[in-house]
Amino acid sequence: MDPSLDRNFSKTIGNAALQEAIYSATGRLVEKRRSALPAPAVFESWREQARLVKQHTLENLDHYLERLEANLTARGAKVVYARGGGEVADYLAGLAKEKEARLVVKSKSMTTEEIHLNGLLEDARLEVVETDLGEFIVQLARERPYHIVAPALHKTRYDVADLFTRTLNVERENLPEKQTKIARRVLREKFLAADIGVTGANFLVAESGAIVLVENEGNARLSSSAPRVHVAIAGIEKVIPRAQDLAVFLKLLGRSATGQPLTVYTSYLSGPRRAGELDGPDELHLVLLDNGRTKLLADRNKREALYCIRCGACLNHCPVYRKIGGHHYPWVYSGPIGAVITPHFMGIHEEPWLPYASSLCGACAEVCPVKIDLPGALLKLRQETVKAEVGGVHGRWERLAFRFWAWLMCRPRLYEMAGLMISMLSRDREGAGWMRSAPWLMNFGPLRAWSAGRDLPPPPGRSFRAMWRARLKSGKGD
Amino acid sequence: MSRDHVLHRIRTATGRSAGQPCAEAPAPLLQIPGVDMQARIQMFAQAIESLAGKFHRAPTPEAARAYAAALIPETGAIASPAPLLADCGITQLPGVETGITERRALRAACARAGLGITSADYALADTGTLVMLSSPREARMISLLPPVHLAVVSAANLLTGLDELFTVLPDPAAATSAMVLITGPSRTADIEQILVRGVHGPGEIHVVLV
Amino acid sequence: MVEVLERLGWGVDFPENQTCCGQPAYNSGYWEEARAVARHFLRVFRDAEYVVLPSGSCASMLLHRYGELFRNEPEWLQAAEKLRPRVWEFSRFLLEVARVEDVGARFEGVVTYHDSCHALRELGVREGPRRLLSRVRGLELKEMQPAEECCGFGGTFAVKFPAVSTGMAQSKVKAILDSGADTVVSVDASCLMQIQGAMARAGHTIRGMHLAEILATR
Repeated sequence: MDPSLDRNFSKTIGNAALQEAIYSATGRLVEKRRSALPAPAVFESWREQARLVKQHTLENLDHYLERLEANLTARGAKVVYARGGGEVADYLAGLAKEKEARLVVKSKSMTTEEIHLNGLLEDARLEVVETDLGEFIVQLARERPYHIVAPALHKTRYDVADLFTRTLNVERENLPEKQTKIARRVLREKFLAADIGVTGANFLVAESGAIVLVENEGNARLSSSAPRVHVAIAGIEKVIPRAQDLAVFLKLLGRSATGQPLTVYTSYLSGPRRAGELDGPDELHLVLLDNGRTKLLADRNKREALYCIRCGACLNHCPVYRKIGGHHYPWVYSGPIGAVITPHFMGIHEEPWLPYASSLCGACAEVCPVKIDLPGALLKLRQETVKAEVGGVHGRWERLAFRFWAWLMCRPRLYEMAGLMISMLSRDREGAGWMRSAPWLMNFGPLRAWSAGRDLPPPPGRSFRAMWRARLKSGKGD
Repeated sequence: MSRDHVLHRIRTATGRSAGQPCAEAPAPLLQIPGVDMQARIQMFAQAIESLAGKFHRAPTPEAARAYAAALIPETGAIASPAPLLADCGITQLPGVETGITERRALRAACARAGLGITSADYALADTGTLVMLSSPREARMISLLPPVHLAVVSAANLLTGLDELFTVLPDPAAATSAMVLITGPSRTADIEQILVRGVHGPGEIHVVLV
Repeated sequence: MVEVLERLGWGVDFPENQTCCGQPAYNSGYWEEARAVARHFLRVFRDAEYVVLPSGSCASMLLHRYGELFRNEPEWLQAAEKLRPRVWEFSRFLLEVARVEDVGARFEGVVTYHDSCHALRELGVREGPRRLLSRVRGLELKEMQPAEECCGFGGTFAVKFPAVSTGMAQSKVKAILDSGADTVVSVDASCLMQIQGAMARAGHTIRGMHLAEILATR
């Protein structure tokens, strides 16, 4: 393992203000979720149902995408597919040129973060404005989202005050309420002037032909309704069969993400404005993005990672995320779900440490609304990196060490002797622990890593085996 | 073309061939509790108030009109051409603009107005939700741009919750290009997880049940 | 554990050729090595009436991971399946097989219980140890907040990511200190090693004890 990784982590862990920001925000989200849960049996029935629906849809994904496409197209929407970010950007740039558009407003979408859409559109000389308050803050700070649901989770109100004063040329305001007003004012102008509104999609409904957006602020409603053209960009895995399936998913998503029985706004959009309707966009485009999803789909062991509805609960409950925060993860998706899906998008040879950065405590799987076995997926990824003999992550000696260890573990007598030797080596005359008696040993990788922040347990005075034999001799054990 | 490429990759990953029939999807999980109207109304009122919304029960159309009249600010109000609002006499109130059909003009009027008045096609009792279908009688912007939203709902359309909504309306796309569920005032907690109302949508919401 | 079980009238054997269940290798991705060790485990315990483990983590490995590990080795898969119903985590064995809550222990002290992740989430061990502790004479049980958050051990995670692992341990230590207890109890020795390591480094003197040690005390 590259030691610089851990050093970087310890910078975040040692930053008291940042730790406080992460802990209090995730703590509140955990608390809000807990207080919004129904009776366990009811919740479990929702989770089971959601899982079944996702499983079924993904097993028949081509069918449902074609249904979605046919239904949306019949109502005047345009549906296109994109393999990766480049194709999405090309499509949007072409559309902008055709419409002579300059200004794009965007509502929060992890899918577009994933392909760095903003940068690509700026390259095409478009002005792109993030309109979700958290995303707006992150865009002004030129950072990437810290959290799937709360992009600016790491920023305190004072950070926001600094940022707004510096970038928006406004008077300093330290109250979130006042800061929100500033953002409302600035962004309202953008909404009314924008030519194209870009959104993601929380769900796509195949049989009905619809795009579903879930939000609290109203920016997704504005992005999808105020400009003449609405473009939704969605991963292909977002599709579900029927509108009726939404009942369960909406109940799960609001509660798991922010502890709301239902988020403030749920938009169900099935095409551009129809004849006679008073407002709404003239055009609706849906871009269905692959970007590595079909690779994950082909992996039967981990396909279920595509069930994810991006609620962020696994991040909030992850003790590792709560220590290291969102920016040490190599991709836009952080926390347990990020650790599982990132290797599929980047390949296991990139950032091979990722599946190992977990104590496998299972808190993520316990709260996942679609019951993704996240620790199980991490274990499989670890096996894959070992199998692929990915360098760097395992250290030169690890493979040898495990081979030797396994050899030893199959030879009980030698194992016992090894135990005795270690215990003898580590005990000095006063019977004190390892640390003082064998300082040279402490320079050895794992021991040094352990003892940087923890003491080693003192060796037992007598091994269990020795005690057991003494009991047998005294006849007590029989 | 990317369409064929992506679909081909999907089929390869799932072991399916083009046009292969699909097994029946799992039956939807919809459970409608038996709740009488009185209890529904109580539940609805409680849910709205817990979201910092204002709930008012109007025994008569005149009472609804009086409630609306008291809310109209100096900046004026914009009302949708919904029959229920006309029946209550709300669209005829002084300071209320209505009947704008040109989109840009409507949007500008909404951006100016201090109050947006709409009806709602349905309401959900358990979550305090308004269900609005975009139509010639209801615009998207009136419930969105003004800082205050007043919705007048007929008690006959008060459903128990999401499960009943999707039972009554199994395919919203058949009815409208845009259905929006509104549950309380616009809000955010993006800064320090501290709740702030009125981000991009209305910060204040009033529901009158007729 | 031996003392408690014998006190309750169970005959206990400790097969001296036992070593490990193979989890360290399995969790690190070395499934081949894990299989070798797991086969040894299955050989050693083949004829046991019950296999009682003083570790939720090992029990979970046997109950939930051997199936995956031996997916392509039908013979060993069968051996693992045959052993499965006889594998018990210690606290569950007491409550569900031996059917006792009061094992006749006495322990003077204020105790807080740390939920070991694998026992809690993979074996459903939550109320059991608390029930057993509540029946110990002289013992006062005080909950820490949160009891269910990981201590940060996680096997090789503890040495691959020492800063994160230690940070997690420190959060745990704080929760323990805040509870006002003088002893922390767990059903996993590895959690205790982690917690005690961080505790000792910070100069605190709170004891760490395995549930079995408490129940053996009279």
